[in-house]
Amino acid sequence: MKFLFDSDTWQEIYGSIRKNKMRTIITIIGVLWGIFLLVVLLGAARGIENNFNKIFGSFATNSVFVWTQATDTPFKGFQKNRRFSLTLKDVEILKSEYSEEIKLLAPRNQTSNLIVKGFKTGTFQVSGDYPVLDKIQKKDLLYGRFLNGNDILSTAKVCVISEEMYKQLFDKNEKPIGQLVKINNINYKVVGVYKRSQGVSFDGDSAYIPFTTFQKVYNTGNRIDWMMITANEGIDIEQMEADILLTLKNLHKVHPEDKRAFGSVNLGVEIAKITGFLTGMQFLTWFVGIATLIAGVFAIGNILLITVKERTKEIGIRRALGATPVSIRRQIVLESIFLTTVAGMLGIVFGALVLYFLEMLVGQGDDAVLVNPTVNIPIILIAFLTLTILGTLIGLIPAYMATLVKPIEALREE
Amino acid sequence: MIEIKKLHKSYPIGKDKLHVLKGIDLHIKEGEFVSIMGSSGSGKSTLLNIVGLLDEHDEGEYYLNGQLIDNLNEKKAAILRNKFLGFVFQSFNLISYKTALENVALPLYYKGMARKERLKIAMEYLEKVELGPWANHLPNELSGGQKQRVAIARALVTQPKVVLADEPTGALDSTTTDNVMDLLRDINNEGMTVFVITHEEEVAEQTKRVVRLKDGVIISDELTKTKTI
Ligand SMILES: Nc1ncnc2c1ncn2[C@@H]1O[C@H](COP(=O)(O)OP(=O)(O)OP(=O)(O)O)[C@@H](O)[C@H]1O
Ligand SMILES: [Mg+2]
Repeated sequence: MKFLFDSDTWQEIYGSIRKNKMRTIITIIGVLWGIFLLVVLLGAARGIENNFNKIFGSFATNSVFVWTQATDTPFKGFQKNRRFSLTLKDVEILKSEYSEEIKLLAPRNQTSNLIVKGFKTGTFQVSGDYPVLDKIQKKDLLYGRFLNGNDILSTAKVCVISEEMYKQLFDKNEKPIGQLVKINNINYKVVGVYKRSQGVSFDGDSAYIPFTTFQKVYNTGNRIDWMMITANEGIDIEQMEADILLTLKNLHKVHPEDKRAFGSVNLGVEIAKITGFLTGMQFLTWFVGIATLIAGVFAIGNILLITVKERTKEIGIRRALGATPVSIRRQIVLESIFLTTVAGMLGIVFGALVLYFLEMLVGQGDDAVLVNPTVNIPIILIAFLTLTILGTLIGLIPAYMATLVKPIEALREE
Repeated sequence: MIEIKKLHKSYPIGKDKLHVLKGIDLHIKEGEFVSIMGSSGSGKSTLLNIVGLLDEHDEGEYYLNGQLIDNLNEKKAAILRNKFLGFVFQSFNLISYKTALENVALPLYYKGMARKERLKIAMEYLEKVELGPWANHLPNELSGGQKQRVAIARALVTQPKVVLADEPTGALDSTTTDNVMDLLRDINNEGMTVFVITHEEEVAEQTKRVVRLKDGVIISDELTKTKTI
């Protein structure tokens, strides 16, 4: 191993690498390209994955949303196109019938209203909600608190507003908590300000008021607009969705095969689709990257083989001067390792640079395509190690060829 | 120094064999200055290459410095070449991307000598062949005679026991030929065994012993009379 630290070894390698510029360049490009692609593809895949995580991050991933539309099949004496509403009674029934499956259930009502504060106004969504909403879609509170059980019981006139609303309705540096805003001409006390999550949201900039208050003020009675449901750990969420819909159809006298009466989104299924897509993309990335790498390494071997042929005479001379086969082989293998290593490092550096620029170009702000596109260091190390090992192995072939012939045959080569 | 008994060598040509050396007996003692002459294809280079351990013989015995050469592995051969033998070729065989000095120092590299010491010794030998000022030139910046002198310096730098030269003057004009021969004679006067192949009578005359080959056998082996030149 001493030869590795011998400046002469490297002097020899440097000499022959400089001499064979063309080979050096082609080799470096081959491997550089392979590892570059691997880094960029993996980084981009990670960036896209991070982006999806950001989008769905605030939701419990096992959520189902259910609302009503219009029936598409006549049933039990009802015409088709019948409209109807979900009710709090449905909620109670679902909760008791699916107590094992359902973890959380949030019935919701929503409308749109003018909100007034002093001389400032804006039209925003207003949601009547239970505190449980915060558990299904986490609210990032800047000031104060979210709705609580007391608000519900006392039908309190309180609201939680978004950061946007705060900016639009309040003066700069004005304390929002405890202030009054007018929604539909009724005063509400602001108890919290939340920051909208960056990803998907069904509420937009919504003012949250207690469900019971909403019921009273907008006279919605038992009706609810829609509900958010999350499942317990280990529950087949698709099955649960189907079962719940069937129960609801039964309760509302809707034909069991009616496709339109209820609308639903199963976030778990949607996310699984995306995750599947991401896994596919990761796999493709690895496949492409590794194939390119291997191709690059073989290119190196091939080029080394050609240059060994070109250098047969030189090798013959060296052997006449007393170079042992081991020293010849060692030099060729080291050359190949050196080239793959340098090329690999350059590939990593260029790949990282490209990821950096990608991040600057399409990785900023709310509509970013890639979020934090990075590659794991261990993955890079493994790729790098594989590259070096392959480089060594492939270097062995020409090295072996070089010492296979008798020195005189090498010398005779012109 | 070199002892050869009933040496045979043939090359396979397709299915046939070309019998090149047909029983050579030759004894060269330490300090001799021997030339081999013979027509083209008579087997001179073949003989020299076997002596130089660059090729292997088929039959007979070869002793180098008293050691029987038989089925040497390439590693042992390389060490023996490095230790006992120095080569000078007709086509110089310098490594094109190394300077004159580095070319001369290369055998010492394979001897395992440290770079500084190596370059110092190489420089001494370059000066000996009067090429000190050309130390940092690449071979393609040198004339044929200069290249051959570099090659000679390289052959000598390990202080071998035997210098083997295959038509060292074959590519040179008469003045540079004389230069090179003077050098070889100086080396010989210092006690080194020198073994030269040549086509030129004038060159052979400057050696101390001429061996003539024809069709793979030695037809004459005599000391030159004009030893006084
Ligand atoms: N590697 C080889 N394969 C087959 N035949 C060979 C080989 N090397 C030499 N020969 C043949 O062996 C014979 C002797 O060759 P050699 O090179 O020893 O001749 P030479 O005396 O040195 O000739 P020259 O004066 O032309 O250099 C020639 O006929 C040559 O063609
Ligand atoms: Mg010849």
